[in-house]
Amino acid sequence: MSGEAKNSNVFRSAARTAVLGLGAALLPRLSGALPFWMKLPSGESSFSGEIDSIFNLILWITGVIFVIVEALLVIFVIRYRHREGRRARYTHGNNRVEVIWTIVPAVICVVLALVSRRVWAEIKQRMPEDAMQIEVTGEQFAWNIRYPGPDGKFGTADDIVTLNQLHFPVGQKVVVSLHSKDVIHSFFLPEFRVKQDAVPGMTTKVWFDAAHVGHWEIACAELCGLGHYRMKGFLTADSKEDFDKWLAEQAGQTPPPASSAGGPAPTPAAAPSSQAPPAPGVSPPPDGKAASPPSDRVSSANTPQEAKTSS
Amino acid sequence: MSTATVAVARELPHGVHPAPTSFWRKYIFSVDHKVIGKQYLFYSLFMLVIGGFLAGLVRWQLAWPGKPIGFMGKLLPEGMPGGQMLPEFYNSLFTMHATIMIFFAIMPMLIGAFGNFVIPLQIGARDMAFPRLNLASFWIAVPAAVIIIWSFFVTGGAAQSGWTSYAPLSAIQPRGQTLWLLSLLILGISSLLSAVNFITTIINMRAPGMNFFRLPLTVWALFITAILLLLALPVLSGAMIMLLFDRVLGTTFFLPAGEVISGTPLTNAGGGQPLLWQHLFWFFGHPEVYIMILPAMGITSEILPVFARKPIFGYRAMAYSIMGIAGLGWIVWGHHMFQSGMNPILGTTFMISTMVIAVPSAIKTFNWLGTLWGGVIHFTTPMLMALSFVSMFVIGGLSGIFMASTPVDVFIHDTYFIVAHIHYVLFGGSLFGAFGALYFWYPKMFGRLMNERWGKIHWFVTFVTFNFVFFPMHFLGMRGMQRRIYDYSQYAHLRGLKPMNEFMTVSVFVLGAAQIILVLNFFLSMRRGRVAGSNPWHANTLEWQTSSPPPHENFDHIPTVYRGPYEYSAPERADDHWPQDEPPSGAASVGHA
Repeated sequence: MSGEAKNSNVFRSAARTAVLGLGAALLPRLSGALPFWMKLPSGESSFSGEIDSIFNLILWITGVIFVIVEALLVIFVIRYRHREGRRARYTHGNNRVEVIWTIVPAVICVVLALVSRRVWAEIKQRMPEDAMQIEVTGEQFAWNIRYPGPDGKFGTADDIVTLNQLHFPVGQKVVVSLHSKDVIHSFFLPEFRVKQDAVPGMTTKVWFDAAHVGHWEIACAELCGLGHYRMKGFLTADSKEDFDKWLAEQAGQTPPPASSAGGPAPTPAAAPSSQAPPAPGVSPPPDGKAASPPSDRVSSANTPQEAKTSS
Repeated sequence: MSTATVAVARELPHGVHPAPTSFWRKYIFSVDHKVIGKQYLFYSLFMLVIGGFLAGLVRWQLAWPGKPIGFMGKLLPEGMPGGQMLPEFYNSLFTMHATIMIFFAIMPMLIGAFGNFVIPLQIGARDMAFPRLNLASFWIAVPAAVIIIWSFFVTGGAAQSGWTSYAPLSAIQPRGQTLWLLSLLILGISSLLSAVNFITTIINMRAPGMNFFRLPLTVWALFITAILLLLALPVLSGAMIMLLFDRVLGTTFFLPAGEVISGTPLTNAGGGQPLLWQHLFWFFGHPEVYIMILPAMGITSEILPVFARKPIFGYRAMAYSIMGIAGLGWIVWGHHMFQSGMNPILGTTFMISTMVIAVPSAIKTFNWLGTLWGGVIHFTTPMLMALSFVSMFVIGGLSGIFMASTPVDVFIHDTYFIVAHIHYVLFGGSLFGAFGALYFWYPKMFGRLMNERWGKIHWFVTFVTFNFVFFPMHFLGMRGMQRRIYDYSQYAHLRGLKPMNEFMTVSVFVLGAAQIILVLNFFLSMRRGRVAGSNPWHANTLEWQTSSPPPHENFDHIPTVYRGPYEYSAPERADDHWPQDEPPSGAASVGHA
């Protein structure tokens, strides 16, 4: 690499850090005082911080513009209210200010686009190469999770298949290849800042990793039918040993190829519409955490296990 | 003087078409643009009430999931047995709320009602270019509304795959989806006829002296809107015909090979592409967003100068930015599809074009502020609505920048953040603009003013509760609450959001109740309102230079236009307004145009 290119790289990364750091540095100082619902959920994946930084950067920029514009509006409305004897200023505009308020927003928007572009490329354009591969197939209204098994290949007899249970080792990058059997679903991991549609007839890919051991949920973010709201899966980041143990257990009792009927989902999957309404809101949360809503994480270990044993 | 006479008026002499005398020809099957405009107004207000009612049901479920509503169990026993809402009925509710609000309330009000009523009057024409086409376009829109409401009562209920109707879900839904498609296809014909009529009228029917840069900005906005409609709607219609074929004729435009629905393979599927629907839908859908906001921007640009008694700031910048938005609006549709599986490199392209389209919107906002600067502001109800438009549109515009950024969109896509954004643009923007237009042109339509005190109460309650309902949606989105979910208590990351949802629902009921004030004011003022006279607001544009309501064929003599539409507080005149058709005394200036 030539010195020049290296310099420009250093410069670019410094500029990047400065821009991203602005949002990251200013917001946490305020955020301690904010109620939970005014904050983003705590991020878990290695790139969630970068997404949140851009969010906060845009929040700051648009916040300042918002305050200026609304303040001017209020000031003008009060200051220039109708009073007897005063006449309005007769002007048709000013080309210089038109040019200024065209160029300034344009520059801000282009800068935001450039800052966003790099993070986007990192998340969605390039998949990490040393990652663990998992296949996830959405169907109304469950997630089929498939591990390649000992031979490292999908679609062979030793594949390990689970329903709604996605485990992965902490600190390991995971590439999920998404498919769908029927309609479009969207694989949404809120705490990981991951969202990617699963489209029938296509393979889409998304990657993530976890810094901590823990349990979270997989949500469906694309309307997929009457059971869309309960198309929920469970995501678990295990230590390497626990993960290997769990995977070996699954290999021993790989369930029959999942179909929508009678799957071991924690909520009854694919209930026909003619059945009674599922009494929303009355089923207790599986881990008894209802009393502490601000928790970003489902910390009890029972949830996924219960779902598993119910099969 | 040369610029003053270029417009060509192809006008028939006054009285060639005698005024109709029979009730049917005068009020029901009228070819008079003023009557058709009022018909559209009643139509859209009726559908607005229905759309609002559906929103109330959606919010009920979100605040108190599963809590029964007794009378709904009797009205729609299939969707709400015992008054308790089923998930599929919930899906129908938000689908139909959006469909009705967008296609049957906002568009007919801004374009059908105010477009029809205002365009010929403001350009100094006796009617639309094609009055019978105008008649046809309204009466084609009526069966579309009947079908969409009827679809609630067919087996399986109304459409339930969202107003975006993403395939393949929309291809495998019950019968209501077919009615949804038929209804919107019919309505599309109506809109196309209107669009052709508007464009032809504005190009050909302008009064002498009314050159393009003397057009009121409402007409500019509606002109560009009509062009967008003409070019965008056929794309939607084409996509809907393909989806209809997939549903009833067994084609597979949107159905890929290997489709398995509830364990049963779909034997005919193969060769289709679900993303094709999204590309076609949003190629229409993004211009559609501007179709709904541009007329409201034009109306705001009309109202602000009248009640600030000041020329609009940067008239040409306003006209050019409308054109800029309309042009860029064609190359941003992919920002709805960042997470759809579309090539991520295209995502970057669409992010940049989307960031750029923020610029003309910013130009408009700053010019509105410039118009207020140094004005003499009268706080009438239409002015309060227009000021609300500006302040709420700022929020809707700025929140759009979040989702324009591809990485941020990863998180907030398909969450309530998007719902907040669209309501700040469509309610805070388009509907406040439409309310402003209603209070502003009501005296011209009905000859009497609406009650100002009740108008202000209506404005105040609407403005406050609107923000109570929709601002918290930003927070729900930041917590990752997905849109279109029947029961958010299913998810760990959404616990603790119930109090906020309850607050929003209570607010929406107050917001709905406040609209009763508008309805009463609207109907009672027709008889009891103060008589308006021809020009109650002392405005310059041509519609105010004829009687209220205007006579058959609008003007006794076709006016000649001498100046731009916003010549308020000109220093050489004692009077603070200067009608467009008032002949210059001696060698007075011809305004800025």
